[in-house]
Amino acid sequence: MTSAIAQRPHGPAGTRRVIPGVAERARNVVSMTRRNLVHISREPMQLSDVTIQPVLFTVLFIYLFGGAIPIPGGSYTDFILAGLLALNLTTSTMGTAVGLATDLHDGIIDRFRVLPMWRPAVLVGRSLADLLTACLCAVVVAVTGLAVGWRTGAGPLPIVAGFALVLFFAYSLSWVAACVGLNSKSPESAASFGFIVLFPLAFVSNAMVPTQHMPGWLQAVANWNPVSAVTAGARQLWHNPNPSASISAWPMQHPIEAALAWSALILAVAAPLASRFFRRRTTE
Amino acid sequence: MADPMIEADGLRKSYGETRALAGVSFCVRAGSVLGLLGPNGAGKTTAVRILTTLALPDAGRARVAGVDVVAHPAAVRRQIGVAAQDATLDGLLTGRQNLALVGELSGMRAAEARTRAAELLELFELADAADRVVKGYSGGMRRRLDLAASLLTRPPVLFLDEPTTGLDPVSRQRVWEVIRQLTGSGVTLLLTTQYLDEADALADRIVVVNHGQVIADGTPRELKERSRSAHVEVTLAEPGPGAAGVITPLVGGKVSVSADGLRLSAAADSAPGLATALVRALDDAGLLADNIEVRQPSLDDVFFALTGAHVPGEGNGSGPEPMRSGQAGPGDRAAERVGEGAQA
Repeated sequence: MTSAIAQRPHGPAGTRRVIPGVAERARNVVSMTRRNLVHISREPMQLSDVTIQPVLFTVLFIYLFGGAIPIPGGSYTDFILAGLLALNLTTSTMGTAVGLATDLHDGIIDRFRVLPMWRPAVLVGRSLADLLTACLCAVVVAVTGLAVGWRTGAGPLPIVAGFALVLFFAYSLSWVAACVGLNSKSPESAASFGFIVLFPLAFVSNAMVPTQHMPGWLQAVANWNPVSAVTAGARQLWHNPNPSASISAWPMQHPIEAALAWSALILAVAAPLASRFFRRRTTE
Repeated sequence: MADPMIEADGLRKSYGETRALAGVSFCVRAGSVLGLLGPNGAGKTTAVRILTTLALPDAGRARVAGVDVVAHPAAVRRQIGVAAQDATLDGLLTGRQNLALVGELSGMRAAEARTRAAELLELFELADAADRVVKGYSGGMRRRLDLAASLLTRPPVLFLDEPTTGLDPVSRQRVWEVIRQLTGSGVTLLLTTQYLDEADALADRIVVVNHGQVIADGTPRELKERSRSAHVEVTLAEPGPGAAGVITPLVGGKVSVSADGLRLSAAADSAPGLATALVRALDDAGLLADNIEVRQPSLDDVFFALTGAHVPGEGNGSGPEPMRSGQAGPGDRAAERVGEGAQA
């Protein structure tokens, strides 16, 4: 009893460098990532947007629209799979916004703030946990796709590269979601981000339908939409039908490069911004 | 003379229009316990938030373990343990996971953090609930777990913000026991409370704050002496018509007599030897007393003497007066908003 309560004497605290080293930062990130994964295991319905939703979307799109949308050079099923992956991963980044808004809303953030931890671990741990759930989402989409007849003529490496391309985009987008979550008054208002921003972003693209039939101005938006580049890039890697290849806009001619550039740019802007918002939000 | 471990010097802080701290200064010597006492919204939580690096002061300086909290917050965080007023726990983790997480984030090895967590869960009688999700804990259990989290790394300086507010009497006693054990361990402790008996029981020194200002600073004994009012109660064996007249010159005030004429009570200056004088006077008048009680002023009396108002919500039996509603002015209401703002 006594030993449990005994406190260490205070050493010469001084103001020596107390910024955590790389190893300690990494440990903080692992701890925070694990914490967020435990959250998910406690409320499995949180995962519905990366488990049930992808299955639902795949079945709905393929059986409802599949017959009505002719795809030059292949089946709608082969066409839509990359689009469904992009759609599901784009919209699932909403979870990052809601998760961070929830953390800030709870008292737990004050606990983190008085610990001698590397504070950005709160953000990095969140983004890594969300990346892991995004990987789960990708697996669900792939398995569902295979079950309904999606096929790819590509080798294993390009297949993996296609998934990695979309996951990298989703990861960078999750930092935009983090910025939104850090500026939300409540978890509920963070959730509205999904409907107001993410769904239009995912739909005004070549993910669901070829852009050729859209009105001119919308076509321009869709062709430069990062989601279009990401989707076209995956289609190209998977040897799936890619009607956008005939569009002269630069991102449609170089979808892989465009997807990587977009993702890197978004990450480079959103991550430091999120870190600044976090500092501002936790300063009083 | 031990060094001050916690120093607040002219701290000022406003949240928007509302002034939470209007120049607060105090210090806590190493190894001692300071009770920061005041009603809801007095500025206690704001002071703690500044000292624990959660809030920046608008003006003034604060040092913990000799380190400036504004200039070197990270160094300060290595020296402190904090149990906030609203338990800062992760509702979706178990009690054990919460403590392990705090340990790991404080730089402990995972195995070390787990061992220490188990030890503290045992100490706080939470071992049975250790693997349950915290969302289902009672208020008292949360508070104890939060207290355990603050002790995890054995920090030499502890801040406990209203550690017993909202607890049932049994939980409150348990928390008191732990705090008493802590004070014997050499830790420096700052404790905020609305309960006068709590500050009296646990603190070496008390700083009374009200409306963001320090209105008194001293040992519990000094504060009681400052109010210089004692309460006298005499119970007679049989009614004596002249009894009130016998006591009146000694207490120097109005004596009230109960309906049956057996109990007399009065406020008195707490002069030395008052009890002896009462016994003599009653004996000289041929009156038989069953009981003579000279009660030292409670801290509620002190608070009343300092502010002209009773401590709101004082309901632990140590203060004889019920809360007088209607005395709280608009200032009190503004101060209450400060308390809420500080938690947001």
